[in-house]
Amino acid sequence: MRKTYKLYIGGAFPRSESGRSYVVNDAKGKFLANASQASRKDARDAVVAARKAFGGWSGKTAYNRGQVLYRIAEVMEGRHDQFSAEVAASEGLSAAKARAIVDASIDRWVWYAGWADKLAQVVGSSNPVAGPYFDFSLPEATGVIAVLAPQDSSLLGLTSVIAPAIVSGNTVVAVSSFERPLPAVTLGEVMATSDLPGGVVNLLTGSASEIGPWLASHLDVNAIDLCGIEDPDEARDLEAAAAENLKRVRRPAEEDWSASPGLSRLTQYLELKTVWHPIGV
Amino acid sequence: MTTIDSGVDTLADVTSSEDRLRRFLLGLPGVDQVGAEARAATLGTRSIKTTAKAYALDLAIRMIDLTTLEGQDTPGKVRALCAKARRPDPADPSTPQVAAVCVYPDLVATAKHELRGSGINVASVATAFPSGRSSLAIKVQDTKDAVAAGADEVDMVIDRGAFLSGRYGMVFDEIVAIREAAGDAHLKVILETGELVTYDNVRRASWLAMLAGADFIKTSTGKVSPAATLPVTLVMLEAVRDYHEATGLHIGVKPAGGIRTAKDAIKYLVTVNETAGPDWLDPELFRFGASSLLNDLLMQRTKLATGHYPGPDYFTLD
Amino acid sequence: MSRFEYAPAPESRAIVDIKSSYGLFINGAFTDATDGKPFKTVSPASEEVLAEVSEAGPADVDKAVRAARRAFERVWGPMAGRDRAKYLFRIARLIQERSRELAVLESLDNGKPIRESRDVDIPLVAAHFFYYAGWADKLEYAGAGEHPQPWGVAGQVIPWNFPMLMLAWKIAPALAAGNTVVLKPAETTPLTALAFAEICQQADLPPGVVNIVTGAGRTGQALVEHWGVDKVAFTGSTEVGRSIAKAVAGSDKKVTLELGGKAANIVFEDAPIDQTIEGIVNGIFFNQGHVCCAGSRLLVQESVYDEVLARLKRRMGTLRVGDPLDKNTDIGAINSSAQLAKIRELSQIGEDEGAERWSPDCELPAEGFWFPPTVFTGVSQAHRIAREEIFGPVLSVLTFRTPAEAVEKANNTPFGLSAGIWTEKGSRILWMANQLRAGVVWANTFNRFDPASPFGGYKESGYGREGGRHGLEAYLAH
Repeated sequence: MRKTYKLYIGGAFPRSESGRSYVVNDAKGKFLANASQASRKDARDAVVAARKAFGGWSGKTAYNRGQVLYRIAEVMEGRHDQFSAEVAASEGLSAAKARAIVDASIDRWVWYAGWADKLAQVVGSSNPVAGPYFDFSLPEATGVIAVLAPQDSSLLGLTSVIAPAIVSGNTVVAVSSFERPLPAVTLGEVMATSDLPGGVVNLLTGSASEIGPWLASHLDVNAIDLCGIEDPDEARDLEAAAAENLKRVRRPAEEDWSASPGLSRLTQYLELKTVWHPIGV
Repeated sequence: MTTIDSGVDTLADVTSSEDRLRRFLLGLPGVDQVGAEARAATLGTRSIKTTAKAYALDLAIRMIDLTTLEGQDTPGKVRALCAKARRPDPADPSTPQVAAVCVYPDLVATAKHELRGSGINVASVATAFPSGRSSLAIKVQDTKDAVAAGADEVDMVIDRGAFLSGRYGMVFDEIVAIREAAGDAHLKVILETGELVTYDNVRRASWLAMLAGADFIKTSTGKVSPAATLPVTLVMLEAVRDYHEATGLHIGVKPAGGIRTAKDAIKYLVTVNETAGPDWLDPELFRFGASSLLNDLLMQRTKLATGHYPGPDYFTLD
Repeated sequence: MSRFEYAPAPESRAIVDIKSSYGLFINGAFTDATDGKPFKTVSPASEEVLAEVSEAGPADVDKAVRAARRAFERVWGPMAGRDRAKYLFRIARLIQERSRELAVLESLDNGKPIRESRDVDIPLVAAHFFYYAGWADKLEYAGAGEHPQPWGVAGQVIPWNFPMLMLAWKIAPALAAGNTVVLKPAETTPLTALAFAEICQQADLPPGVVNIVTGAGRTGQALVEHWGVDKVAFTGSTEVGRSIAKAVAGSDKKVTLELGGKAANIVFEDAPIDQTIEGIVNGIFFNQGHVCCAGSRLLVQESVYDEVLARLKRRMGTLRVGDPLDKNTDIGAINSSAQLAKIRELSQIGEDEGAERWSPDCELPAEGFWFPPTVFTGVSQAHRIAREEIFGPVLSVLTFRTPAEAVEKANNTPFGLSAGIWTEKGSRILWMANQLRAGVVWANTFNRFDPASPFGGYKESGYGREGGRHGLEAYLAH
């Protein structure tokens, strides 16, 4: 039986409100599926869903968020074959290489899952001010993050840009690789069955160039990852549009998704809150 | 617990039972230590110069309760102190007199005699000063003795043990009893803030004393360290200000102990001015319990008048 | 005299030696501008012209950036951290030695009370250099990886509200991390930055490590957009911050922005009332309200509204407005006629929108730029005075009923710089602190600053942190 590939918004799987779909071929040009082609209104709905989910998700304990991320890894493991097949077809890889990519993706979820309850200890601080005050700084989620996912790496790349955003409590509206969207759709199905509250991750298949400007200029989006934008002029325009509400912007850069990710993506979507209180009797 | 008619409708209810009193005192707004101390420190940075300084120095002298409270006090010592109170600076007759001379009860008669006709009050400590640890009967008798000997003002101590163990009614009743025993004498209630430790306690004790009929609330006996501090006095000034707001009554404040320099005294006057307000810039409502402070005020006064720094040899020791 | 009238207690001006004109500080020397017109800096308290200052044009900015680049590549970048530290320690000491002079100069040029420049600004300036000096040889522990590297040349643009303190916030971490800087002070308050240039000379800081280019927005724009600048740091209005973020789009420049705010200062019914009043006053009247993190929206629980307002008004009656150099002044002059016009305009809008305006009786000097401490009551979230940054001694008062309502109102703004909480209940403080979307939360205190404490905003209040280890990260590649 053939699967229908849909969007993932607010925990549900709608087709694009525009009614559009587009043909997805494998790396050799053979038809794979029709994917929903998300519109600006789908993006708008996704931002609403992400904003709605933000309070609950960022308010969960770090332990709980870590468990949910770990659960995503567990459920992915159960769908290993499906992911491998989709990655192999999308990226034109051998079965063995595709399996390795799926393994790496699952490992990445596990790696980020563990960060949930360690982040504050590593990036927070107690600040020895010169006065009778207890003063500490803690990281908090930035809010709604728009992610224009990498065009090449359809699963490992996608995982590597979503996981660091949500582990700290952000919610995400992600636009998948345009030509390689199938692993993203399957990842949405995994998320829907992994105790991840609806709206925490919203996955749009379609064109980053088409949807990106709407997300970049959206005033209820707090940050944007331009990873999937390959044209420098386009990236510049999106960054300029993002300046309207001072979005935190992650510029496109050369990425090696197989390398250890480090903390930079994770800390990109954190705000530091410093709290003062007098010490007295 | 004694029920008294404080004559203040808004607060009459508060003292109608021990439970209500307790709830009232514990319901007073808290005092944040750091904030209170920061405010006092800022007030302490006011720069009082020239005409303002001259005004403040003379006012501070007029507010002094010139005090001797030592085991070695003798009639001779008290006589010398009274002479100093009458004429603080023999070289300058324009120098104002102090407000009162403060002594132990047994020396009240001596002081009263020495100060006759001067308008300077005699204040007596009482109620088993400084610890307050004896029976109520003895404290009442102590007070009556002082008044009988001619004390115009009585400086009583509260029972800190009772206060710290939460027996507010007992502290209240004792003040009421002493108030009665003191008759027409002005009653200053010493909180001994150095033993109450927290500003929350200082605020509660201030209200407790005012509700029980204190004319003045006073920081310290001078026998416990820390004695008067600027932030403690600030909190007490806030209490009298708020009490006035609630009742229309003016209650005085007396920091005592540890205020030794004119500079310090001026910081207190600034704090009075900007907290309780100008009404309190009056010996009727603000006093300094001090001894060595007077000479420093006199030296500063001379400096201001002559433009030269004087030396301690030019001022009498008592 | 029946009342305790404080006689004038002016700090002496004799301690400062203001030159009639200043050049730009480029490559370790004061030089004439090549393509800008000189402009005047005045004392906002008297409108007296203090000095003539050079405007740096694009060619001057270019010269400064090149000098900074040279110094970065040849001297400061390669220098051992411990040696950079020594320069910074020396600068900290020089600031302490010259602190009274700097405080007077700051109050003259800016209009802020000498009590604040003497007790807050300048001590914090020295403390900042002292704090970051200690980091210079410990960068590998700063959380930016094992081999953190400076970006190169930092272009820094600072505002007029805390001229020298903002300079310290910018220059100290930049130099500690091994960057060199070109800094543009605000056009109305350039004098302490120029005094700092002298301090750099006295510290024998290698030429080009610090360059000071004076001028207005045009100069700032030239600096920020200069191709040779690797790192941009700006403190100022959200409007200008936005245009900087646009200008650097698509470049490799790293940016930190510390922008506007409209902080909620939230008072619960169980607050320590007297300290709360002080905190409200300090929150909005400190530095004439020219503070990005000012507590300009007072949210009072309805059950204590009358009492809080009565006490606040009584306290406002004791504020002393006047000569910034008088040691007893609490509120000094508004920094410029332009800022005064803006404060007046927004206050008028507040009245027009139906809010009730109140100020204590206070006599304002005839010369100079002045605005009395002002409180607006009957303000709702929809009023412009509750939404826009006034940047003056103007407080808008709103009410709330429950903690959740307080949070909702506090967060209902595009800004997110700071917030205040006043309550004696510990668990409520922590709950509120969690809920508030602001970078600095002061509980039972307000407007406290420390070099060890990170400062910066959420949302449109900017990004990046200044102060502490986190402030250093902004100047390190990682």
